[in-house]
Amino acid sequence: MKVHLTRRYLFVASHRLHTSLLSEEANRETYGKCNNAHGHGHNYFLEVTVSGTVAPETGMVCDLVALDEIVKREILDRFDHQDLNHLREFAGLVPTTESLTICIQQILSRAPLHAHLESIRVEETGNNSFEYSGAQLLRR
Amino acid sequence: MIYLTRKAEFSASHYYQNPEWSPEENQRVFGKCANLNGHGHNYTLEVTVAGEVDAVTGFVIDLKLLKDILERQVLEDFDHRNINKEVAEFVSQVPTSENIAIAIWKRLYTHLHPARLHRVRLYEQPDLFVDYYGEE
Repeated sequence: MKVHLTRRYLFVASHRLHTSLLSEEANRETYGKCNNAHGHGHNYFLEVTVSGTVAPETGMVCDLVALDEIVKREILDRFDHQDLNHLREFAGLVPTTESLTICIQQILSRAPLHAHLESIRVEETGNNSFEYSGAQLLRR
Repeated sequence: MIYLTRKAEFSASHYYQNPEWSPEENQRVFGKCANLNGHGHNYTLEVTVAGEVDAVTGFVIDLKLLKDILERQVLEDFDHRNINKEVAEFVSQVPTSENIAIAIWKRLYTHLHPARLHRVRLYEQPDLFVDYYGEE
């Protein structure tokens, strides 16, 4: 029996939305307050959803301790208390939460999760959230 | 097609133990959850049903009826209980959130006519939940 399991994590980071492809004025128009030259920050809540068959001997889809360790090592240690614009993951990219969500999905899709990575959801604020599942359709 | 979700909460205790394993193996796999004296959670259950809006009532399902079904099929047996010792499905099954969500699905899915059960979401803690959509 296939079950989806979702674990929620927190990291905090700063960013500035700005692209060299646009003029200063067009950047201000496009990104508004997010274009502030000194940057700003968010508490990002990350939800990692994995799926798989429930193992009869454990009753579990995956080992939560192992999942936490992988997410900590691959994501939280990389992004927590960082300025996203200065990370190599965002070289040449505007660190919108769309890009961040895709980046996290790509990193975790290569990690040894012991369960299928279903989707990544990132809350930038209480009002904005982004979800990405790679090539597959989101389950609703 | 429209989806309706109703929340319910229950508080219960449980522990994880596979009787075929040694105490050391249980400890290694289940960690703190293997403590035989148990521990507890405030579970939040979200039950999502799907269906068409009835032309007369404007309902996909009567909410009062759904609340009564949740009360009778789930909360009466789970709320303020020791799941290992008091809920029939878990006499021989580890009461993980995965297995509890599947058990709740089985308890509900025949009772929701004319709507159909779409998803059972069970929060064990605010940062951990499971979803079950039935057999796929």
